[in-house]
Amino acid sequence: MVNIFMTNYIGKSIPRKDAFDKVSGAAVYAFDIDNIPDMLFCKFLTSPHAHARIVSIDTSSAEKIPGVAAIATGKDWPVKIGLYAGDRDILAVEKVVWIGQPVVAVAAQTEEIAERALEAIEIEYEILPAILDPVAAKDSNEILVHEKMAEYGHSSAFNPVPGTNIANLFKLRKGNIKDGFSKADLVIENTFRMPQVAHAYLEPIVSIGHYCSDGTIEVWSSAQSPFTVRYLLGVTFAVPISNITVYTPYIGGGFGGKAGLNFEPLVVLLSRKAGNRPIKLRLTREENFRSAPIRVGMMAHIKTGVTSDGRITAEEIEYIWDSGAFADYAVNVGRAAGYVSIGPYDIDNIKSDSYTIYTNKPYATAFRGFGHMELHWVIERQRDFTANKIGMDPVVFRKSNTLKPGKSVTANQDRLREDAGSIDQCLDKVWIDLRENLSKTSPEKPWFFRGIGIAGFMKGPAQPPNSASSAYVKFSEDGGILVSVGTSEMGQGTITSLAQIAAEELGLPIEKVKIMGDRDTDRDAYTWQTVGSRSLFMDGNAVRDACKDAKGQIFEIASQVLRVPSEDLILKNELIFPKGEKWKHLSLAELVMGYMYPTGESIGGPIIGRGKYIAKMTMLDPETGAGKPTIFETFGAQGVEIKINALTGEITIKRLVSAFDIGKAINPELCKSQIIGGGVMALSIAMNEQLQYNEEGNLLNPNLVDYVISRAADIPEEFVSYLIENPQEDGPYGARGIGELTMLGVPAAIGNAIFNAISVQINDLPLSPEKVWSEIQQQRPELLASLKQKIFED
Amino acid sequence: MKKQITLTVNDKIHEILIKSNETLLDILRNHLRITSVKAACWQGDCGLCTILLEGVPIKSCLVLAYEADNKRVITVEGLSIEGSVSKLQESFINNGAVQCGFCTSAFLLMGHYLLKQGKPLERKEIEHLLNGIICRCTGYKQIIDSILAVSSISSE
Repeated sequence: MVNIFMTNYIGKSIPRKDAFDKVSGAAVYAFDIDNIPDMLFCKFLTSPHAHARIVSIDTSSAEKIPGVAAIATGKDWPVKIGLYAGDRDILAVEKVVWIGQPVVAVAAQTEEIAERALEAIEIEYEILPAILDPVAAKDSNEILVHEKMAEYGHSSAFNPVPGTNIANLFKLRKGNIKDGFSKADLVIENTFRMPQVAHAYLEPIVSIGHYCSDGTIEVWSSAQSPFTVRYLLGVTFAVPISNITVYTPYIGGGFGGKAGLNFEPLVVLLSRKAGNRPIKLRLTREENFRSAPIRVGMMAHIKTGVTSDGRITAEEIEYIWDSGAFADYAVNVGRAAGYVSIGPYDIDNIKSDSYTIYTNKPYATAFRGFGHMELHWVIERQRDFTANKIGMDPVVFRKSNTLKPGKSVTANQDRLREDAGSIDQCLDKVWIDLRENLSKTSPEKPWFFRGIGIAGFMKGPAQPPNSASSAYVKFSEDGGILVSVGTSEMGQGTITSLAQIAAEELGLPIEKVKIMGDRDTDRDAYTWQTVGSRSLFMDGNAVRDACKDAKGQIFEIASQVLRVPSEDLILKNELIFPKGEKWKHLSLAELVMGYMYPTGESIGGPIIGRGKYIAKMTMLDPETGAGKPTIFETFGAQGVEIKINALTGEITIKRLVSAFDIGKAINPELCKSQIIGGGVMALSIAMNEQLQYNEEGNLLNPNLVDYVISRAADIPEEFVSYLIENPQEDGPYGARGIGELTMLGVPAAIGNAIFNAISVQINDLPLSPEKVWSEIQQQRPELLASLKQKIFED
Repeated sequence: MKKQITLTVNDKIHEILIKSNETLLDILRNHLRITSVKAACWQGDCGLCTILLEGVPIKSCLVLAYEADNKRVITVEGLSIEGSVSKLQESFINNGAVQCGFCTSAFLLMGHYLLKQGKPLERKEIEHLLNGIICRCTGYKQIIDSILAVSSISSE
């Protein structure tokens, strides 16, 4: 019985299935597809105004330019599109709502001709007052980004407020907030902000649309969620979904920015207008910054009541999410952050309102962390503030309030499972490591200060309650398999882990498990979307289910051939044999296409296993948020040791320490790759990134120099990653998701470390040198005076 | 204005008719269809179009095709040994330096160049030399590790 816990592939760091394609240069992205016969190229003209009525569009001279095949305006197909809320135009119809919104699109023989055609188009606008600040927009009845909100369709999970700029209001209520504050010895209030940021995936958005003359639609796109693109195209063009095929090759990074429906409807619309010729749209970097969706901005006001011995009695929060001009996806950011409002804590009295707000800025969509990096910037900074005020160790204080099994997850009645994993273990791992390894020497100059900071967090996949995944496993003659799943490979590595699961279940060498890096909605098994760190859990369960189904079919045949009950059979190393009688084996290759007896009589037939998984969740009560919002929570903690130059505000990160309770690391190296990659992305966002607008709402930094992304020399000196494995019983081999979690604690940990180092509280991201420097000027003038003295002495 | 240039790419000689405003990146991707050469900004910011021109890494979006006349170009295909991959490519695979893969060719070519210098490499030095290329997925650490790993093998 020793062997029973031995696995061949689970917990093993096998190299990525897609690595060879990628190091050899053979991997194909939508960006690379240029060889579709008869293809035309698309360029679009964008709005120069943040808010204006379209008076007239004159395309007559542009149409006469040789090589121009079609010109489309919003009036060609004035339907509203969107995933959760139908609020978005394909091309602006009556008015423009942000600088960068596509208004007219041209299909032409070359991109150059299309650009020339754009120059010949005349548009007359009547400028309207714009609203850029989400706080002002929330309370404005005069300037409305969407006057016709009442006419828009939306999923029943959302509560838009027509006549305002509120795209969604999510309410969370628990206990009695007044009573809670009356029990507190101390009430602490703060306001925190985070600006809109860009995904800056390196492959720009590319979409190719082909509205075929037989009424079918083909799309090639840099999209994370081909099945959602297919579904929404069907809705948009009133075409049966089975007439639509979406192909997604390898994706050059997505991070949520390619999760929803982007420019696919535009190229399909143009293709229909251009006599059914395929149309390719490839955004330039500037177009990608100005016209493609971005991450929400956030403003939050928080009020926490605490007893002097460290028990949080009440918490009241208002989150305002700046979703820009559309909220077709970001309504769910506000909702997901709303139901997790207070982070991984157990508080008896909660009142939280989470507003997704329209403004006249680029529109927001999903982005790795989905509101949770922002909310933990609020919560985990507030925890440190509070611990400091009552004089407690920040981790001791947190642990007196963290969520334990049996307690309700945030405010709703959903109880935390016994096998849910442990936030306390994550906090302990990180805090002990940070303190034990704290730099012993004092910094080289008196104006350098060291500090450590920690943040805990949790997140589950934000998805609809009927989100589902499927998989099929198809054998070839030699006993090898093709595993088909719907989840996309955009860098995260899930397909490799899914192949490991299949190899493990079917006793196959990993080399005999084929899993494609591209997706084809006709060929592949369905999954809802590739988002929310849901794929390993959901598609992983589906793959396991499909393998079990295939194994059942194999055993059924083998049981007849070997005359042994199928429950007594073992499948191992590509052999099927009765327990304890390995010599009586059949090979997989002998069975998987049907078994032939020596007489020629044959039984069985080609094996295809099918598997599925569906989320187990509920809708949430609109007044209290009660219900079951997620299929699992992953808990984690991150901490940093920093060095800060008080004279310049520059921060260097010495160590980034992370711990995640992921249940089971199917492939530990892939987990660590996510932790390092997500950690650096979060550091970059925390310390540098910000989309900056002028007073008219014009984006000032639409390129990769002015929009600063971390480079190789900016990374921490040391990364430490702990994988804690308290298994989740319904996860594949106990696994929970990790990809998004790797960003969530970094900004708050740095903010807390700054306070630890130099007693300066900074509430607004990013923690750029100029901001840190100016806060030191304001909060610690006496420190600067004494340091200036020391410079002269130095 | 069209002009014919001669370009040697991965040891193969090509004669190509170019327009005067075309860049080396345009030629490699559009004329020769070498799609391993990526681009993400077309203005020298991201470094993804890095190739070796006369053995030296350059951003091919910043070089006019005309300037590359009679010169030798190496792309990532030129690093592979027939039917297999080079030590550096293998190191990228084994050290987890690949995620979405869109920047991988550029880092491999830059790494190959650094290793070719035949000097022992320090981590800090590699970090600074890689600063011209953006990766949004990996956090760079494993890319640096991969180059260091080959550097330490070859110096043994």
